[in-house]
Amino acid sequence: MQTNDLEGIARQIRHRDLQAVVEAGAGHIGGEMSAIDILTALYFRVLRVWPDQPRIPQRDRFVLSKGHVALALYVTLAKRGFIPEEEVSTFLKPHSRLNGHPNCNKVPGVETNTGPLGHGLPVAVGMAKAAKLTGADYHTYVMTGDGEMQEGSNWEAISAAAQFGLDNLTLIIDHNRFQQGASLKDTNNLAPFKPKLEAFGWDVTEINGNTMAEIVPALERRGGKPHCIVAHTNKGHGISFMQDTVDWHHKVPNQDQYKIALGELSEAN
Amino acid sequence: MNAVTTSRKLHDCRDAFVSVLERLGEENTKVVAVCNDSVGSSKLGGFKTKYPERLVNVGIAEQNLVGVGAGLANGGLLPFVCGASPFLTGRALEQIKADIAYSNANVKLIGISSGMAYGELGPTHHSIEDFAWTRVLPNLPVVAPCDSIETAAAVEWAASYDGPVFLRLSRVGVPDLLPAGHTFELGKANLLRDGDAVTLIANGTLTHRMMTAAEILAERGIEARVLNMATVRPIDVEAVVAAARDTGAILTAEEHSTYGGLGSAIAEVVVAQAPVPMKILGVPGIFAPTGSAEFLLDEFGMSPAAVADAAVELIARKPVRA
Repeated sequence: MQTNDLEGIARQIRHRDLQAVVEAGAGHIGGEMSAIDILTALYFRVLRVWPDQPRIPQRDRFVLSKGHVALALYVTLAKRGFIPEEEVSTFLKPHSRLNGHPNCNKVPGVETNTGPLGHGLPVAVGMAKAAKLTGADYHTYVMTGDGEMQEGSNWEAISAAAQFGLDNLTLIIDHNRFQQGASLKDTNNLAPFKPKLEAFGWDVTEINGNTMAEIVPALERRGGKPHCIVAHTNKGHGISFMQDTVDWHHKVPNQDQYKIALGELSEAN
Repeated sequence: MNAVTTSRKLHDCRDAFVSVLERLGEENTKVVAVCNDSVGSSKLGGFKTKYPERLVNVGIAEQNLVGVGAGLANGGLLPFVCGASPFLTGRALEQIKADIAYSNANVKLIGISSGMAYGELGPTHHSIEDFAWTRVLPNLPVVAPCDSIETAAAVEWAASYDGPVFLRLSRVGVPDLLPAGHTFELGKANLLRDGDAVTLIANGTLTHRMMTAAEILAERGIEARVLNMATVRPIDVEAVVAAARDTGAILTAEEHSTYGGLGSAIAEVVVAQAPVPMKILGVPGIFAPTGSAEFLLDEFGMSPAAVADAAVELIARKPVRA
């Protein structure tokens, strides 16, 4: 699928995500909007996955370590055919399988349960190591938040990935510069990520993570080391009043804001 | 039944664990050992020699240890994740909860040197909270074998069980109690000795002490039932209810805090289904002083003689039958 088509799908996913946040009265809209372009590129271009055979051994793995943006993953999985599109409207409803954080035993396409931060990358290292041990040629992708990188478990895994020579592993850091309570810079500023990852023995690519033309080649890049994509993104990307502010980590738009946001996302069509 | 200790030779159950693991490794190339630098303390040297590429050592990093285990299982392998129990369970508890139990990953967690095996090293190295921490997690069987025979059988069982398991091993020598060829059954206690005055229930390093206590009681004319209850979750409800009904009193002992362990799991059944006098022996909710595991077990009233005395006191609390 070409860049233009991917951009169109990303707009549709943003639209549905926004609608679902308002319907459910909850969600993590800022981090969902920042991540959706990358999720779209993964599921509609890069990942070798088969929605009707979600556990087929040769599938590529994707782990959403920033599990609080589960809704963006659900909308993407639905659009890709893993779950019915109409099921998105059950998000957060009693007994819905669409929890606030993804569950691999309930939702096809989810690889491991995430939610507490700093869990996805170690599991992804295990997946990539398993491929090395078995000779499987699947590739493992994992997406973390930038604030999430404050969890020490990530650095245990980063070190192990280099030690194990996991050139079949790609870490995407959704670097939207804001965490729940404040900016990354004002909290525990791990940026810049590039020199830190390089010091641990990784290859690092910096991209605009909301620009499809940069996302796709970075995801498809292969080298001799574990690969980190530092994806510079905007929290709330696509909705003007949500950008560059800490306010929209998990706030829900009111009706007026919803109309404005819908209008902006539609204009982009 | 009424089996006396079949051998007084003491065995380190880690040897039984690695012996089975090495054989499984030969039969099944999906078997991998994962460790946190604990090649020596987990006795994985032999496995490493035989299958060097299948020994995944993540270094001193327990959160990554458990997460990597979950990922290896996702990739179709059968990981045995080994580490000293205090660090495996304590440091990585959230990984055990989210990545293993909640995700239902087919990972075998092997807690080595559990209880007070590292007695002299102090409470940082004691693992007397691990039953409490792990037995509240859905999907995760919790098993503490009593001897090398049961350890071998439990490892064999764990490999064939499709789902996560926490196997709690010690390094403290114990005599063999179960018959050769014993097959492990999850959630099933073993009747080692029958009696009607009281039931003594234990697992791990305490079961053989319970057998000796029962022998002391027998010399006093008191016949005690002894159950080896390796499985802490799921608890053997049937055996507990039968013990309460048949003997009217239950005494438990464990190399664990008296809070939240085997005794607590049994008490949960007793209060709900068959109320009888109970006594729970273990470390009484404190950080233990320095000393060997054997010394500390004695110190906290779990020498066979002290267990026998506690049983006599417990029997005296049984209501007088009309």
